[in-house]
Amino acid sequence: MRYIIRTALLLTLMLLAVACGQSQNASTSDDSPTVAAEADPEAQPDPEAQPDPEAEGASDEIMGEGGLVIYSGRSETLVGPVIEMFEEESGIDVQVRYGETAEMAATILEEGQNSPADIYYGQDAGALGALANEGRLTVLPTDLLESVEARFRSQEGEWVGVTGRARVVVYNTEALSEADMPASILDFTDPRWAGKLGWAPTNGSFQAFVTALRASLGEEAAREWLEGIQANQPKVYSNNSAIVDAVVSGEIEAGFVNHYYLLRLLKESGGELPAANYYFPTADIGNLINVAGVGILDTARHQEAAEQFVRFLLSEEAQRYFANETDEYPLAAAVPTASDVVPLADIPTPEIDLNKLQDLDGTLELLLELGIL
Amino acid sequence: MIGDLLNPPRGARPSQQAGPPRSLRLIGVVLAALLALPLLYLLLRAAEMGPSDLAAILLRPRTVDALWNSVRLAAATTLTTTLIAVPAAWLTTRTDLPARRLWLILLVLPLVFPSFVGGYVVVSALGPRGMMQGWLETLFGIQRLPEIYGFPGALLTMTLFTYPYTLLSVRAALQGLDPALEESARSLGLTAWQSFFRLTMPLLRPAIVAGGLLVALYTLSDFGAVSLLQYDALPRVILVQLTASLNRGGAAILSLLLAIVTLIVLIFEARSAARTRYYSVGSGAKRRHSRVALGKWRGIALTFCATVVGWALVMPLAVLLFWLIRGLRAGEPMRALWSLTANSLYASGLAALATTLVALPIAFLVVRYPSLLSRVVGRVAYMGYGLPGIVVALALISFGATYATPLYQTLVMLVFAYVVRFLPQALGTVESALQQLSPRVEDAARSLGYGPLQVLGRVTLPLARNGIASAAALIFLTTMKELPATLFLSPLGFRTLATRIWDTTSEGFFAQGAAPALVLVFFSAFSLLPILVATRER
Repeated sequence: MRYIIRTALLLTLMLLAVACGQSQNASTSDDSPTVAAEADPEAQPDPEAQPDPEAEGASDEIMGEGGLVIYSGRSETLVGPVIEMFEEESGIDVQVRYGETAEMAATILEEGQNSPADIYYGQDAGALGALANEGRLTVLPTDLLESVEARFRSQEGEWVGVTGRARVVVYNTEALSEADMPASILDFTDPRWAGKLGWAPTNGSFQAFVTALRASLGEEAAREWLEGIQANQPKVYSNNSAIVDAVVSGEIEAGFVNHYYLLRLLKESGGELPAANYYFPTADIGNLINVAGVGILDTARHQEAAEQFVRFLLSEEAQRYFANETDEYPLAAAVPTASDVVPLADIPTPEIDLNKLQDLDGTLELLLELGIL
Repeated sequence: MIGDLLNPPRGARPSQQAGPPRSLRLIGVVLAALLALPLLYLLLRAAEMGPSDLAAILLRPRTVDALWNSVRLAAATTLTTTLIAVPAAWLTTRTDLPARRLWLILLVLPLVFPSFVGGYVVVSALGPRGMMQGWLETLFGIQRLPEIYGFPGALLTMTLFTYPYTLLSVRAALQGLDPALEESARSLGLTAWQSFFRLTMPLLRPAIVAGGLLVALYTLSDFGAVSLLQYDALPRVILVQLTASLNRGGAAILSLLLAIVTLIVLIFEARSAARTRYYSVGSGAKRRHSRVALGKWRGIALTFCATVVGWALVMPLAVLLFWLIRGLRAGEPMRALWSLTANSLYASGLAALATTLVALPIAFLVVRYPSLLSRVVGRVAYMGYGLPGIVVALALISFGATYATPLYQTLVMLVFAYVVRFLPQALGTVESALQQLSPRVEDAARSLGYGPLQVLGRVTLPLARNGIASAAALIFLTTMKELPATLFLSPLGFRTLATRIWDTTSEGFFAQGAAPALVLVFFSAFSLLPILVATRER
């Protein structure tokens, strides 16, 4: 008995000792997907720590101390491989913190001037706009901004879109055919959709859509639409994946989501599912294209490396990765869309200034007032 | 100090009536100050809001509804978990239930599912068109199950994944009870059932209340499961404020509301467990408890255990395996998990150690030296636990980045965050262990010439070791699945199984989330073994 307690104590003391040793170079326990295979961070030195001499020389000049720090509101599953490609090519050591888009933005605001982050990589234009509004993003070089269409970047030049995503209506193909689908998202207020719809009002992409609706058709129209949908008693889900799952299982007939969730589920389940994405035939606000984008923080300590990273995200290699692996729309370097995705050029997209999506406060007020949130 | 003013003059019973040693008091005050950081942060943030904002947020019908929903869910979950945990603890500790130890492990394991995984699992298994409906449709042609969403689903999910808190707490107490008490009861003519309800149950009350408190506060602060089950509780409203508009002031006001609820729950708890002695004063020689022969009840007991395990453990495992196999068949690439696993075990081990070390002095203050000071310290310790994890994380980000820059985003900071979030889990268990230990035993050791530290090391800690080991195990298991603090406060690049599960499932990659979830369950199961060894009756 006593032996067990003592052994446990000794073990914990050893752990503590290791902890103290490790906290200085916690970065070596980095777990980017490929490094993950080399299990034990204590037992062997991290191979990433010794890049080839040429690259090291280059990165030393740029980096000074520590690595480039990215706060990513996009998950590691989506962007981890791209960041790894960048590390390999540039020899720059990159550290990433992953979290929800809005929570990452909140973290930067809480950290204030002491934020270790160089780059903020967010899931939607609204959060990027909100950070820019707080004065936390710097103006990017013109050549970076101009590698994407003007509608996919900040007008003040504080952030640039990297990939695009389309709002779509996912529908159950056993319950509905494409002919049953309305010409505009505004028509889903029709009572025939009562009890058959799903939405995710807490989801950032949905809120961005409502903001776009307010910006393009006015407050009254947005309110009427929300009230109309609410009158149809939609099922409330906590995110896009849950909606797609519910459509596939037949729990609901249709739901408002981003285009790639169904594509991912199709890949994961091996191809055949009774669901399809629906795009509106005209330039309806329902076809909103939102972006995931990046900005460089005002407190960035590695300005040059940060610019290099943004340039890499907009390069053909990275854009090709996003097109093929995450099923998003590439926005730069003339990379074509993946074969199973409806090309951006074929979607009649509404004219909307993404910079206006930062007015989330107004959307929140409206959703709260209507009792949706 | 305030404690001195309130304490009566030193009298005949030094160990209970005298104020705490100065060092202990100092430790208590420092710890309380550190633990109060989230509360301080919330007050500062809330103070930035004008009175009109305050009124607008608090008086909104939705806020009131969400508050009511939170309270209702917490109360109901506490009740249902107690109904499951007390019989389960008794069966696995005191009876001749076949394969008792195995059942115990299986019954405690549901603790390791992160609540958002629990939410996904319940929805995909029991949703109106979920897996269960699929089977029922083939068997009986049932097209649609009733809605799982809302209160029933949230209650079911919270119950399934939190009852082990009460189970562990009650088990530790059952083992700490002096068998002589029950033997006397039996020799005085009470039947086994009578002795259980009239003696054992009242003696278990502190442990039940302590476990119930953990369940209630966990439920109040949970965001993941509750929001996936579309139940509109207060944390969801707080998250909406935070994420939809980065409105940290509004979120702070709502969080303070939650803190007030926590305080009320604590007062309620203090009332219900107040002013009773729970230790026996006799010679207290610990012997093996006699096992109750279940006899004809054995079948019912096994059915009970199997039902609970089936819902809380087998169902989630089945869903996870289904996701994994479906993904593997479709050729989803699987990523290596070694370093994630190492990080999870490592951080959780440190958290278990640190939290138990912090819990000991506080539990001592609270149990041995009841005073205003110890009450304040004891309550403050619960504040971090009753708040949503993201709120605690933001508070520590704010203070850490500004006032503790060298520690910010290091393991030290992360472990501190775990302590702030989970201390009550250790505290409740250690407190009930100490409550069962007569201070007179300590007095006796002191009178025989032991100094205070010797009494602690040679008498108190060894006698309370079951409780202490359970406390460390609880913290370990809870930290394994912790998400918000790990995401926001870990060293850059430090990722765990829990963050991977979140990272993948939130993007809809369920197969890739299933693998780390299964690894998490596997390693957590092993971490239970030392606890079972440490708490084996001699």
